[in-house]
Amino acid sequence: MEAIYLAIPLASLFGAVVAGLFGKQIGRAGAHWVTSLGVATSFVLSLLVLKDVLDGAPIFNGSVYTWMVSDGILFEVGFLIDSLTALMMTVVTGVSLMVHIYTIGYMKDDPGYQRFFSYISLFTFSMLMLVMSNNFMQLFFGWEAVGLVSYLLIGFWYKKETAIYANMKAFLVNRVGDFGFLLGIAVILAYTGSLDYYEVFSNASNLSSSTIEIFDGHPWDVITVACILLFIGAMGKSAQVPLHVWLPDSMEGPTPISALIHAATMVTAGIFMVSRMSPLFELSDVALSFIMIIGAITAFFMGLIGIVQNDIKRVIAYSTLSQLGYMTVALGASAYSVAIFHLMTHAFFKALLFLAAGAVIIALHHEQDMRKMGGLKKYLPITYWVSLIGSLALIGFPGSSGYFSKDAIIEAVHHSELPGAGFAYVMVLLGVFVTAFYSFRLFFLVFHGEERMDQHTRAHLHEPGAVVWLPLVLLAIPSAIIGWLTVDSLVFGSYFDNILLTLNEHDVVAAIKQSYHGPWQFVLHGFSGPAVYLAAAGVFTAWFIYMKKPSIAEWTRQKFSFVYTLLDQKYYFDRFNEIVFAGGSRLIGSILWRIGDAMLIDGLVVNGSARIVGWFSGAVRGVQSGYLNHYAFAMVAGLILLLGWAILG
Amino acid sequence: MDTSMTMFADLPLLSLVIWMPVIGGIFVLFSGDQNPSGARKIALVFSILTFVLTIPLWTLFDSSTAAMQFVEKHVWIADFNINYALGVDGISMPLILLTSFTTILVIISAWEVIQYRASQYLAAFLIMEGAMIGSFAAMDSILFYIFFEAMLIPMFLIIGIWGGVNRIYATLKFFLYTFIGSVLMLVALIYMYNKSGSFAIIDLQNMQLSMNEQILIFLAFLGAFAVKVPMWPVHTWLPDAHVEAPTGGSVILAAIMLKIGGYGFLRFSLPITPDASQQLDWLIITMSLTAVVYIGFVALVQQDMKKLIAYSSIAHMGFVTLGFFIVYRIGTESQGAALALEGGMVQMVSHGFISGAMFLSVGVLYDRMHSRQIADYGGVVNTMPVFAAFMVFFAMANAGLPGTSGFVGEFMVILASFKANFWIAFLAATTLILGAAYTLWMVKRVVFGDIANDNVRALKDIGKREFLILALLAIAVLALGLYPDPLVNVMHPTISNLLQHISVSKL
Repeated sequence: MEAIYLAIPLASLFGAVVAGLFGKQIGRAGAHWVTSLGVATSFVLSLLVLKDVLDGAPIFNGSVYTWMVSDGILFEVGFLIDSLTALMMTVVTGVSLMVHIYTIGYMKDDPGYQRFFSYISLFTFSMLMLVMSNNFMQLFFGWEAVGLVSYLLIGFWYKKETAIYANMKAFLVNRVGDFGFLLGIAVILAYTGSLDYYEVFSNASNLSSSTIEIFDGHPWDVITVACILLFIGAMGKSAQVPLHVWLPDSMEGPTPISALIHAATMVTAGIFMVSRMSPLFELSDVALSFIMIIGAITAFFMGLIGIVQNDIKRVIAYSTLSQLGYMTVALGASAYSVAIFHLMTHAFFKALLFLAAGAVIIALHHEQDMRKMGGLKKYLPITYWVSLIGSLALIGFPGSSGYFSKDAIIEAVHHSELPGAGFAYVMVLLGVFVTAFYSFRLFFLVFHGEERMDQHTRAHLHEPGAVVWLPLVLLAIPSAIIGWLTVDSLVFGSYFDNILLTLNEHDVVAAIKQSYHGPWQFVLHGFSGPAVYLAAAGVFTAWFIYMKKPSIAEWTRQKFSFVYTLLDQKYYFDRFNEIVFAGGSRLIGSILWRIGDAMLIDGLVVNGSARIVGWFSGAVRGVQSGYLNHYAFAMVAGLILLLGWAILG
Repeated sequence: MDTSMTMFADLPLLSLVIWMPVIGGIFVLFSGDQNPSGARKIALVFSILTFVLTIPLWTLFDSSTAAMQFVEKHVWIADFNINYALGVDGISMPLILLTSFTTILVIISAWEVIQYRASQYLAAFLIMEGAMIGSFAAMDSILFYIFFEAMLIPMFLIIGIWGGVNRIYATLKFFLYTFIGSVLMLVALIYMYNKSGSFAIIDLQNMQLSMNEQILIFLAFLGAFAVKVPMWPVHTWLPDAHVEAPTGGSVILAAIMLKIGGYGFLRFSLPITPDASQQLDWLIITMSLTAVVYIGFVALVQQDMKKLIAYSSIAHMGFVTLGFFIVYRIGTESQGAALALEGGMVQMVSHGFISGAMFLSVGVLYDRMHSRQIADYGGVVNTMPVFAAFMVFFAMANAGLPGTSGFVGEFMVILASFKANFWIAFLAATTLILGAAYTLWMVKRVVFGDIANDNVRALKDIGKREFLILALLAIAVLALGLYPDPLVNVMHPTISNLLQHISVSKL
C-alpha cells in the first residue's frame, strides 16, 4: 500500500514535470494527455485508498525519507493516511481531474497551454503533499508550494498588469499568514520537541499546562498562543478577514484555476489544517471563540459585498469567501466534521459554479460583466441547468448537498456555548439570506431577462464542446446528491471517529444528533428552523428586484448610497492596505535608506573618516597612481614565494 | 575504488586545492592578453581540476569526529612559532566545496563577457580562490590572516579595473572598511600570541583569558568579521561594491567572501572569547535583527537591481549571525542550540548558491541592456522565457520558499530562536514578508508585464553557456532544499564540540 501512497502525488508531479520541461517537444495534445492521465491515476488510486479506509484499514503513519536530522530533531517527509486524508485526496484529485478535462476546451487557443497544464498538475501534487503530510514541516512545504502555484497561475497572463499585481498581492498576503503559521510551528516544536503530528498530539498536555509571557507580566496559555498563530496561517490561506483581500483579486487568473485553487481546494487548506489539529484546538476555548468570530464576520460581511459586484467571477469569489467563513465558524464551534463536510460539498458545487461561469465567459468571448449578459438560458441550456443545480446547492435548497452541510453548521453554532456563538449564529443566519440573494441575482442577470450582449456576440452564442460541459455534468451530480448520501456517516456516523477529536463539553454534533433520524428527517426538520425561509426570501427578493422591478435596485442604490459605496469599496480594506502597509513600508524603507544609510552611516561616519584619511595620505598620493594591478600581483607573488620557502625550507 | 581513494588521502589535498588555482592563475596570467580564448580554457581547466580535488574532502570526510582532518603541518617562521598548518572540519569543508564550485561558474560566466584584459581577470579569480580556500583551511591564525588579506587584493583589482563608473569610490570604501577591521584582528592575534606563545587557532581557543581581555578581543574580531558579513551598521560598503563590481566579482563577493565573516565568528569569536560572546550577545542579536528588518525595508525601495540584491544579502546574512549568537539565550546545552548553529551554517551555503544565482541573473540582463535600473526593464518574460523561469525560481528561493535551499537555514534559525525569546523569532520571521516583498516586487517590474520598451523587445534569451550556469545553480538550490541532511550531517560533531567548548567558561 505504501507504494500506492507514494504513487498518488508522484503521478501528478510526473505530468507536471514532463509538460513543464518538455512542453515544446510533446506538443499541446501531449501536454494535456500526460497531465490528465497523471491526475487520473492519482484520482483512481485515491479512490482505492478511500475504499480501503471505508473497509476499515488501519491508519498509516510512515516516513518517506528523512529530510534532515539536526539537534536530535527529526525533520521528515512522510504520510499520514486516515479517513480525513483519504477524503481530502479524493476531493482534490477528483475536482482536479474535472478541471484538467475542462481546461482542454477552455484554454484551447492559449499560447501558454502546456505551461498551464504543468502548473495545475504541480498544484495537484503540492496539495496532495499538504493533505497527506504526517508532520508540520511538510505541511508548511505543501502550504507554501500551493501558494507558489497559485502565484504562478494568478499571474498566468503575465502581460496583464492587473494579473501580475494580483499575484504578488496574493503571495504577500499569504506570507503574512505564513508568518503566523511558522511562529505557530515554532511554538509547537519548542514545547513538544517534535514536528510529527502524533507525537505533538500525545504531548499536547505540555502545551496546555504551560504559559508564556509574550508581554511581561501577562502569562498566556501556550496552547492558545500556538493555536491562534496556526490559525493566522489558516486566515491567509483560507482568506478570512482581514487577510481575505487577495482572493477577489485572484480572479485575474484563468477561470479553471479559480475553480480548482481559489474555490474548491487550496483555499480550504486552512479549514483542513485546523481540523487536522483538532486535538490541539480543542484545548483552547479562547482560540475557538476567536476562530468562530472571525469566521462569522467573514461569512456575513463578505457575502454582502457579493451583492454589489457586476463581474460574474467576483460574485462567486465573494461567495467563496463567505462560504469559507461558514466552514471557519463550524471549526470554531468544534464541529470539525461538519466543516469538512461543507468543505467537500462546497468543493463540488463551487467548482461547478466557477466552471459554469467560465463556460458563460467563453461563450460571450471573454465577457465577465453581468450587465452585458442576460437571457442565456436558451443559448446555453446545459450550462443553465447545471448552474441552477449549483446555485441551489449553494443557497441550501432542501435536499441538495449544500443544504445538509450548511444546515448542520447553523445547528452546530446554535448549540455551541462558547463566547461569541450567539453573534456567530445571527451572522450565519443572515448570511443565508444574503447568499440566496446574490446567487439568484447572478442567476437571473445571466440566464434570464433581456439579452444585453451586442449583436455580434449574440450571433455566435453556442454551448461549448463536450470537454467543457462533461465536467460540468459530472460535478453537478455530486453537487445535488452527495450531501444526502454522506451526511449519515460523515457527520453523524463514525467516519471521523478518533481522527477529528471533540471534547465532550464542546460536542455540538452530539447535541444535533439527538434529533437526527436520517437524511429525510433532516430535510423535514429544516422546515422548522428559519434558514430555509431565509433562503427562500433571498431568492424571492432577487427575483422581484431583478426580474420584476429592476428600478428598485437603482432606487436602493441611491437611497442608501453610503452603504452602497461602502460595499463597492469593499469596506476600504484595499485602500487601507495600500496606504498604510504598502505605502508605509516604502516610506520606512526610504527613510532608513536616505537618512540611516546615506546620511548617518555613509555621510557622517564613513566619508568623514575617509576625508581624514585622505587628508593624511595627500602627500603620498602620487605613489598610488601607478599600475595598481601590477603592484598587487607582485604582492601576491611575493606571498607565494614566502609560503613556498616555508614549506620547502 | 578503495585503493584509489586511500591514495587520495595520502596526498596533501588541502595544499593542492589551495595552490592549484594559484598556479593556474599564474599560468593564465602569463598566457597573456593576446590569447584570451586560451586563457579561458586554462582557467576553466584549473578551476575544474580544483573542484575535482575538493570532492575527496567531502567523500573521504569522517563525519563521526570533530577533530581536524586532512591535516598538514610545517614549520614556517619558527621564531614566532608560526606554522603552515592546514586542516578542515565540519564547518570549513562545506565552505571549501562551495568556493571551488562557485569559481567554476564564475569562470564560465566571464567567457564571452569579459574582453578587456581577460587573462588578468580570470587569473584574479583563480588566485582569489586559492586564498579563500586557504583561509577556510588555515589552522594557524597568522596563516588565516594572510589568506584573509590576500583575497582582498584580487577583489580590489576586479572592482577597480573591471568595475563600473564609480569603481574608485567603491574600492576605496571597501578598502577602508576591511582594512580597519582586519588591523584590529591582527592586534588581537598578536596580543594573544604574547600571552600564549602560539598562533595556532586551537591554542587560542584553549587559552585562559580574563573578561576584560575577552571583551576587547571579541570587539577586535567583531570589527574584522562584522565588516565582512557585513552586519548593520558596517554594511554600506557592500551595495556600492556590488553595484560597481563586474558580475563575477559580485558572485564571489556574495557567495564566498561574506561567508568568511560568518566563518570567523564560528572559528574565532565564539570559541576564543566565549564569555565575552555571552556578555555581548545582545549586541550581535540586535545587529542581526536590524539587518533582517531595517535592511529588508531598505531593499524594498532600491531602484538598482544589484543594490537590491546586495541589501537582500545583508538581510539574509543576518540569519547567520543570529543563529550563531542566539545559542547563549537558548542555553548552549539545551535543545535548539545546535539547530541554531547548523541553521546559520546552512544559511551560509544556501546564500552562496542563491545570491550567486541572483547576481548572475542580473548579469545576464546587464550584458544585454547595460542597465541595472529596474525602471529600464519590464516584460522580460516575453522575450526571454527560459531566463524568466530561472529568475522566478531564484527569486522564490531568495524569498525562502520551502523546497529551495533558502528555506532551510531560515527555518532552522527561526525555530531555534523561538526557544530563546518570542520577539526575536517574531522579528526574524518578518523576513517571510519582507523578503518576499522586495524580491517579488522586483520580479514583477522586471520580468512580468507587457514589453516595456524596444530594448526589451530586442532581448535574446539565454544561450547554452548561461543556461548551464543557471541550471547548475538551480540544481544545487533544489538539492539542498529537498535534502539538506547530507550537508547538516557532516557538521554534527564539529557543532556539538563547539557547543561543549563554549559551555565552559574561561574565567
